[in-house]
Amino acid sequence: MRDFIYHAPTTIDEALALLDEHGEDARPIAGGTAMVNLLKQNMVLADHLVGLGKLPGLRGVSQTNGSLHIGALSRHREVELSPEVLAHSPLLAEAYSKVATVRVRNMATVGGGLTHADPAQDPPPSLMVLDAHVVLTSSKGTRELPVSDLFVDYYESALEPGELLTELVVPQSPKGAKTVYLKFLPRTEDDYATVSVAALATVENGICQDIRVALGAVGPTPIRATAVEAALKGQQVTPDAVRAAADAVADQVDPLTDFRGSDDYKRDMAVVFTRRALEQVLLAS
Amino acid sequence: MTTADALYTVNVTINGQPHEVKVPARRTLVDLLRYDLDMTGTKETCSVGVCGACTVLIDGEIAASCITLAVQADGANITTIEGVANGEALHPLQQSFIDHGGFQCGICTSGQIVAAKSLLDSNPSPTEDEVKEWMMGNLCRCTGYYQIMESILKASK
Ligand SMILES: Cc1cc2nc3c(=O)[nH]c(=O)nc-3n(C[C@H](O)[C@H](O)[C@H](O)COP(=O)(O)OP(=O)(O)OC[C@H]3O[C@@H](n4cnc5c(N)ncnc54)[C@H](O)[C@@H]3O)c2cc1C
Ligand code: FES
Ligand code: FES
Repeated sequence: MRDFIYHAPTTIDEALALLDEHGEDARPIAGGTAMVNLLKQNMVLADHLVGLGKLPGLRGVSQTNGSLHIGALSRHREVELSPEVLAHSPLLAEAYSKVATVRVRNMATVGGGLTHADPAQDPPPSLMVLDAHVVLTSSKGTRELPVSDLFVDYYESALEPGELLTELVVPQSPKGAKTVYLKFLPRTEDDYATVSVAALATVENGICQDIRVALGAVGPTPIRATAVEAALKGQQVTPDAVRAAADAVADQVDPLTDFRGSDDYKRDMAVVFTRRALEQVLLAS
Repeated sequence: MTTADALYTVNVTINGQPHEVKVPARRTLVDLLRYDLDMTGTKETCSVGVCGACTVLIDGEIAASCITLAVQADGANITTIEGVANGEALHPLQQSFIDHGGFQCGICTSGQIVAAKSLLDSNPSPTEDEVKEWMMGNLCRCTGYYQIMESILKASK
């Protein structure tokens, strides 16, 4: 590993000032599970690392106006086990529980995970169907960004230099909504997804009212399956309608061939897992 | 780079003993343990957080010391395999790994035992599925896992 200067600011203002001062030459580090591996591989060449571990007020789960607020330094494991998260958005707890192993989930933070922007990560598809947003803070102020707009490309998030992700906000799901997260793991249980699908739906009198579907590991970023949603919204829910809607995902995905499978295989699996997810939220009684 | 390995003071409590160590920012926690403090019980194998050989407890939770920077651990309370036995008296898990053939080459064993101890400390009577879920991140190339499962289950209440 190259050497670098490590900063351990104790206030957010101090951390933001360091990021401003060193610009492109500085990178935040939270849990370090992604960053230390990147440093070891010389994939990150920053001369300054800004450790976020000692920043106050960024860890924990709270609720205001029906929304969950999760501090950026909260660990994956805390989200998975939080009674508040389980009561408010069980899908979120489920998605975080699927990440790697207990050891990684104890270390990895919510903010670091979302900023890392690996398209195969587990939480983003669920956060997208839950209409979650993040709060980004810089010395110029704060802005909110839907998680659906957070991912730009492989390992590239929409954060500007000098910005920190400080909070994840998850609104209440529509009344009666059913949710599911499916992670296809043909190799080992602790692997990244080969394909993953999150879905949320409400059905009234056999008509699909609200339908949201998102996939991970099928292209440069996680995606909302808008074609699938459009095929179902306002329609009578039948096994045939579900099957036809799931088929529509094939044209929306752009997977890479890698050691988890060929692009064709992953495209087929995207259809299969989208169908299974839809069956669970639309057809299961 | 102008930094030329500037040294940082890291204060950690390891197995109840306070330590003050001066390290460069790029020092990993596993290297701090093994090279700065000569505590070689913790092993490093994959170096990327996958295998669990380097498992230690940081503030009571299992963590991978190979992808933790020593400077990140400043102020932390750390437990390593050296802190598991009570003096000369082996921890029941250590005895159980001996009795049930829970290791062969031994490279994964410190991590297995530290991880299993953390499970049993919070859940003294886990089900087989709970042990599997917890220990999923501790790989072993030798035993085939049955003996590790048996060692842990026999050491639980
Ligand atoms: C062995 C292993 C297996 C894994 N398996 C999975 C898996 O199955 N599923 C899955 O979803 N993920 C998996 N991951 C990835 C894991 O989710 C990420 O490594 C983790 O979430 C990153 O969080 P962190 O706090 O450790 O971030 P860090 O490593 O500290 O940082 C990651 C990135 O985010 C930036 N950053 C961190 N915090 C902030 C912030 N608050 N604001 C702005 N930028 C920030 C850093 O500069 C860096 O670019 C795995 C990782 C490992 C090591
Ligand atoms: S050596 Fe740290 S997890 Fe493998
Ligand atoms: S005993 Fe050899 S790797 Fe586990």
